[in-house]
Amino acid sequence: MSERRIRVLVAKPGLDGHDRGAKVFARALRDAGMEVIYTGLRQTPEMIAEAALQEDVDVVGLSMLSGAHMVLIPRILELLKSNGQEHVRIFVGGIIPDEDAPKLKKIGVAGIYGPGAPTSTIIEDIRLSLASDK
Amino acid sequence: MGKSIAESILSGERLALAHFLTEVENNSPQSRLILDELFHQTGKAHIIGITGSPGTGKSTLVNQMTLRYRAAAEPKRVAIVAVDPSSPFTGGAVLGDRVRMRDLAGDPDVFIRSMASRGSLGGLARATAALVQVFDAAGFDLVLIETVGAGQTEVDIARLAHTTLVVEAPGLGDEVQAIKAGILEIADILVLNKADLPGAKNTERALKSMLGLAHPVEKIFRHHGEGMLIPENEPASTDQWVPPILCTISTDGTGVGELVTAIGQHAEHLRQSGEWDRREKFRLEAELEALLTETIVTQFRARIPDQLYNELVDRLVQRTLSPWEAVKALLE
Repeated sequence: MSERRIRVLVAKPGLDGHDRGAKVFARALRDAGMEVIYTGLRQTPEMIAEAALQEDVDVVGLSMLSGAHMVLIPRILELLKSNGQEHVRIFVGGIIPDEDAPKLKKIGVAGIYGPGAPTSTIIEDIRLSLASDK
Repeated sequence: MGKSIAESILSGERLALAHFLTEVENNSPQSRLILDELFHQTGKAHIIGITGSPGTGKSTLVNQMTLRYRAAAEPKRVAIVAVDPSSPFTGGAVLGDRVRMRDLAGDPDVFIRSMASRGSLGGLARATAALVQVFDAAGFDLVLIETVGAGQTEVDIARLAHTTLVVEAPGLGDEVQAIKAGILEIADILVLNKADLPGAKNTERALKSMLGLAHPVEKIFRHHGEGMLIPENEPASTDQWVPPILCTISTDGTGVGELVTAIGQHAEHLRQSGEWDRREKFRLEAELEALLTETIVTQFRARIPDQLYNELVDRLVQRTLSPWEAVKALLE
């Protein structure tokens, strides 16, 4: 009778106002059978970590186009950790310069996707990443 | 380790609470045992349902109501359960109610949980009642339940909540919509939101005339098609609750103070008239019956070999057996 579903928080941290990518992503995850909690624009790292906690998500998907990723993402990771949610996987989509990607991966980001990345790849990566827990 | 899950929840650990809510939603066997333990601590919270068509402003209203409760002289701890629909095809969902509740971020005495309906009808998910119990046990004074915005059939909420708000907005239908059965009947308080939009006065008038016709009426819940008359043991229930109509603009908070006052008055009325206890009794009885049915069906189904079951289904498809005959065959 137990019915486990993958829960994903989709958020846009920081100040850029283009959430189309985030919405496309949210919808693709929905169509993949996941439960997506969509929080909308201009979220602070604190808001994202709090929502991730209350919603007990497995994954946080961040859409970042503003260039502030090297500040905001480490902060989000830090907050998740201090809340006891270090198991939550972070996936980032948007504009991330090539030289920053390894740095983000090193601090714990599970996946980084630029423009044109097929949603099916991201979905597959999310599933694979969570499968190692079980 | 040390502390049990139930103890962690009762002592206000938010991560333990959040984890456990997931277990309850997933109906894990372990969660049942812990729910049993928590049940003794329930019965204190005021459960408020917020229902109405999509786009009437329920989430924004919940946001504003919660701000009032938190700013009150005696601030209340508020839990919010926001239900949105699951896809009937993939089972996935996009839960977007938090978008309108950003003002509540950073307050440790507010807990928002989004919930997918997971195929259940009636505006709630199957586990909504259990989630509400957990919040109640965890010491939240108010549990606000925002239903799926489906409209005419979301009457489950009236069985679960002490106070049911039905949120309307101008321009969504004429008087005929207002006299249809169901959604408006269940309102303890009617909220006309977006009251600054054109046509608001007309909608208010339509709602008022509908209520004038409908009340006073005795509240009889229909259960499995049979009227369940809630017995009148109080001799003088002369002061019947007449649902007020309140106009609000939830984007700027206009009228929300009055709404919160009316909710308080309704709770007071329920307690003084004995209706609170009657509703509790009815709710728990309905829950018992639902659980009993589910358990019996599951146990019964487990005793029937899959092969036999599938054979019967095939015969249904071939039209050589009617569903009722299939049930009889299974029972024998």
